[in-house]
Amino acid sequence: MKPIHTLLATLAVAAGMTAAPAVAQEQYAPIFSYRTGPYAPNGIPVANGTADYLKLVNAKGGINGVKFKIEECEFAFDTAKGIECYERMKGQNGGAAIVQSISTGVTAALLKKAPEDKISLIIAGYGTPAAADGRVFKWVFPMIPNYFVAADVMMQSVGEKAGGLDKLKGKKINYVYMDAPFGHEFMPVFDAYAAKYGFTLNKLAVTAPGLDQKSTWLQVRRDQPDYLLYVGYGVMNPTALKEAQAVGYPRDKMYGFWWAGSESDVKGVEEASKGYNAVALQASANRDAKVIKDVQETLYAKGQGTAQDAKTVGDVLYVRGLITGMLTAETVRIAQEKFGKGKPITGEQAQWALENFELTPERIEELGFTGIIQPMKTTCAQHMGSYAARMSVWDGKEWKINSDWYEGNREIIDPLIKQFAEKYAADNKIEQRQCAN
Amino acid sequence: MIYRENGQFKTSYRSDQQIFPIAQDRWVMLALLLVAFVVVPLTASSYVFSAILIPVVILALAALGTNILIGYCGQISLGSGAFMAVGAYGAWNVIMRVPGMPLIGALLLGGVFAAIFGVLFGLPSLRVKGLYLAVTTLAAQFFADWMFYRVKWLTMDSPSISVTAPDVSVFGIALDSYASKYLFCLTLLVLLALACKNLVRSAIGREWMAIRDMDVAAAVIGIRPTYAKLTAFAVSSFIIGVAGALWGFFYLGSWEPAAFGLDMSLELLFMVIIGGLGSIMGNFIGAAFMVVLPILIRLGLPALGSVLGMQLGTAEAAHLELMLFGVLIVWFLIVEPHGLARLWSTGKQKLRLWPFPH
Repeated sequence: MKPIHTLLATLAVAAGMTAAPAVAQEQYAPIFSYRTGPYAPNGIPVANGTADYLKLVNAKGGINGVKFKIEECEFAFDTAKGIECYERMKGQNGGAAIVQSISTGVTAALLKKAPEDKISLIIAGYGTPAAADGRVFKWVFPMIPNYFVAADVMMQSVGEKAGGLDKLKGKKINYVYMDAPFGHEFMPVFDAYAAKYGFTLNKLAVTAPGLDQKSTWLQVRRDQPDYLLYVGYGVMNPTALKEAQAVGYPRDKMYGFWWAGSESDVKGVEEASKGYNAVALQASANRDAKVIKDVQETLYAKGQGTAQDAKTVGDVLYVRGLITGMLTAETVRIAQEKFGKGKPITGEQAQWALENFELTPERIEELGFTGIIQPMKTTCAQHMGSYAARMSVWDGKEWKINSDWYEGNREIIDPLIKQFAEKYAADNKIEQRQCAN
Repeated sequence: MIYRENGQFKTSYRSDQQIFPIAQDRWVMLALLLVAFVVVPLTASSYVFSAILIPVVILALAALGTNILIGYCGQISLGSGAFMAVGAYGAWNVIMRVPGMPLIGALLLGGVFAAIFGVLFGLPSLRVKGLYLAVTTLAAQFFADWMFYRVKWLTMDSPSISVTAPDVSVFGIALDSYASKYLFCLTLLVLLALACKNLVRSAIGREWMAIRDMDVAAAVIGIRPTYAKLTAFAVSSFIIGVAGALWGFFYLGSWEPAAFGLDMSLELLFMVIIGGLGSIMGNFIGAAFMVVLPILIRLGLPALGSVLGMQLGTAEAAHLELMLFGVLIVWFLIVEPHGLARLWSTGKQKLRLWPFPH
């Protein structure tokens, strides 16, 4: 056979294989991952954690006997590729019930597609904060805090450092952010705080991917702000910390968000980043929780772990991956309890489960997530089950939690969520659901 | 034997000027159109529609616009992504702000905005040429990024700068299924491709080509470079703008400025080069090549790996995909430096002589 024929034959085989029918009694769990591209250092640990948690559930016999069929789709943090992934995976292996897009861009594109396909979208810790409003976003679930809470907790923490939020009057705060949707999504909360407490907020945008920030930091040096809020991603983060050191801006007055608070964000600038604060999405790095030990013993001791380096188990983003996997698994469990145990669930059942999702302290203990996640509960109208977040600080070697749990200020957050959700509903002619509670 | 023009006499100027002068060509085209309009919508799965057909059709349209500028008028541009963005945001703004605005009107207006934007950023072409022009058109890219992130009015104060396309319908038919979206985009593509084909055969097209081949000589024989270059920019960015609006409305559904970044411009440039500069057919082939090949590689690699007894991780597969794709681009360009469209015309030539090549 000529080489081209071999190639064609292989492709034919491949096409045949992908079309093979699904094995019954498996819950299909597609994972969006970005192990390549500019944001790979962040994407790899998240994907590893997600896959590992689902593998762990499988190793323990699945959920009432239903095991997860795990499939990763690599999208390199590119929205168009992400959509291709979604379209490819949604119908495979009995169909996807839950999708976690792991990207603000892909989320924006799926806000409309997922409801049409009756697939539930979990967006834990990113994208479209307004989706917390279940009356408008029936199929979308932030579950754990969204960016409004992140912004709120960052402000609360700044206020604490200043000795009370009212002490911020007349102070100067700079906001350095990546010029991408998520950078803009923080602004309403910061603006609300600036208006309420009377400080000047100076916004400085950095063009993606953020390798060139010299002019931004010269501006910071000129302003000498009292505090600096920071929202960047990927390679922008170490660059920003290096620049902060270069212009002599104290790192302990820098407050980052949770995608700028992992090991890879301070890589190469470990010393320079000492004292840099970042809000933690529920957990920061954690190596003591039961679930981490479970993963080590059940998977890595037998060489079945997803990560190449078992030492990364417990890193900030790895733990976030575990949370991602856990949300999927718990949704399936809750749906099975209502709609029949031992059967794979559908997207509609997942939607019900996500709206009646409850994580009690006892359940968290059972799952081994104590110290990682706070109890939460969602309802028809309230798709964000928890407003809790903590602050973490980089001590030069690792990320340490250095605060108690903060509770996002609902007086500021909820009206914003409502306002933006209603605007979305009006713009897109979505009829709001009536929720009993 | 089958493909030969013996006995087909042209008895009028009209028949001499046909796009497809040979009857066989016309039949093949008709069959292709029939397949594209009837067979494909009846057989394709939703994945094939959404991941392959719709992007290929829309990108072919964008490549068509790019080809007018680069392939026909010789003005190298890296601003195609920005023109798409202007088209997409323009059409979106029109449809959201003007009550009762029909979709086609919005798309055309989006194209008009893109054309104005294109002409503005085409002005440097009057002074700079070649690679220098490529660099100046980059400005369009950065300007568009800046504009859509900063000017809140353009995104109607969307808190996250990303905008969502509304549900649309045309002549009372809701475009909600994949097949309807595909057919709508395909119709626009066919109409615009036909218009372009005629445009490049007309006086203005010849002016463009004269400018491309040697602008000084063209000026000497009485072609106005300003007019020729700016019309090329206008027509090209109009088409790219319409394609951008389609990309936003029918492929992405919701988008942010990054969706039309520099990557998009480069991808369009590659499509045009691989497909064939100065060829209408080349745009279709180029778009198909750029969309379908990576997907085929992606689907084929794990199977190939399992045949060879290797387990490929998604990251390795993604890297291999990039490498293989790059190698194939290089290979095709070496084998056929004039683009894949040349294969088409070579094939026709061969068929004409078959089975007695001399």
